[in-house]
Amino acid sequence: MSSVALRARRVRGTHPFVWLAVGALAWVVFYHWLLPFWDWVCWTLLGLPADARWAEALHFFLYDTTKILLLLVGIIFVVRVLRSFISLERTRQLLGGKREGVGNVLAASLGVATPFCSCSAVPAFIGFVAAGVPLGVTLSFLIASPLVNEIAIVLLYGLFGYKIAALYIVAGLSLAIVAGFILGRLHLERYVESWVLEAAAVAPGGAQGELRPTWDERIELGIDEVRTIIGRVWPYLLAAVALGALIHGWVPTDFFTQVAGPGNPLAVPVAVLVGVPLYSNAAGVMPLVEALHASGMAMGTLLAFMMSVVALSLPELVLLRRVLRPQLLATYVGVVASGIILIGFLFNAVIQ
Amino acid sequence: MHTVKVLGPGCRNCERLTAVTEQALTELGRTEQVEKITDPVAIVGYGVYATPALVVDDEVLIRARIPALTSLKEILGERLASKVG
Repeated sequence: MSSVALRARRVRGTHPFVWLAVGALAWVVFYHWLLPFWDWVCWTLLGLPADARWAEALHFFLYDTTKILLLLVGIIFVVRVLRSFISLERTRQLLGGKREGVGNVLAASLGVATPFCSCSAVPAFIGFVAAGVPLGVTLSFLIASPLVNEIAIVLLYGLFGYKIAALYIVAGLSLAIVAGFILGRLHLERYVESWVLEAAAVAPGGAQGELRPTWDERIELGIDEVRTIIGRVWPYLLAAVALGALIHGWVPTDFFTQVAGPGNPLAVPVAVLVGVPLYSNAAGVMPLVEALHASGMAMGTLLAFMMSVVALSLPELVLLRRVLRPQLLATYVGVVASGIILIGFLFNAVIQ
Repeated sequence: MHTVKVLGPGCRNCERLTAVTEQALTELGRTEQVEKITDPVAIVGYGVYATPALVVDDEVLIRARIPALTSLKEILGERLASKVG
């Protein structure tokens, strides 16, 4: 190993907490001075007319995109580092033999916390069956994992405020818990594909050679996650904020208020139906949500739409079809879709 | 010769792990080819329930994460040097 690499390694290796502290401090300073900074740039440096609509929109756009970007960077990093303490192996062991009820609550929470690529739904499902996790508890995990997502939480907070973000978290968790519980109560175990049971019966216990990452590796994971996700979502983020800034003045808000406002009971089910074939992550759907919101569509309808896009996507259903027979898959979709519709109505009634 | 396998159904994350593994092997001067295991039954057979995972000579080295190139080179270099292939 060359001396440069050795030194780089020592710098990385000896002080992970120092780097974390420096990073955190820098983040706080940036966040705190963000609004004064853009005020200074727009009104002092460029001397824009503060009373002009376009100048105000520009200021809003600059401040909001940078604020949401900073929030995303911070939250994605922290969440990924925290997640490196949890593994699907551990989750599997924790859930094995848990009763329904408590098991559903735990599964939904772990579904949010466990680092999990939704494309590994099939091996994860087999692993859960092998560990003796009840079907309904497994489904709680699989529903919560894509549904309650930290990027969605940050974007909702940034675009619509903390109340909407909090409602989204509570609603998403409740949906995963209740839907999983109901599906468990229906005793549909016989509709799990038989090859899954065979594979589960011979599956090794796992967790052999469970590798605990070092702090350097945890930080590395966090940085990599930030880079990957920001690299993927920034165009959507810019579009969402730009649409929000533009639409407010120029699109007649009556249109959607009449067609899809809280007064129309069909708006929520239609939004959920439209959301299923659309496949996107939470960040990708946000520009649409922001635009529709700015044109007067009700918040509950929009949240239902978003949940339907992220939780009931065709590619995920195709994956689940490999382990669940059509009857069980149809029941799963039915229960989750009904739950989302209910949440939509509830939110439309609560948020005015 | 060692066997190097990437376990995963073939989504973006598995592709990334495959790419970084191939690069690490090249930089280490190894000639091993990365084999892709996409069949869920085979994946579960390794005791892996969260993908992507990296398996060398049937030993699971990485689970459910994509390490940076430098750390993967260390992990792989150590593992490949420890036993004669």
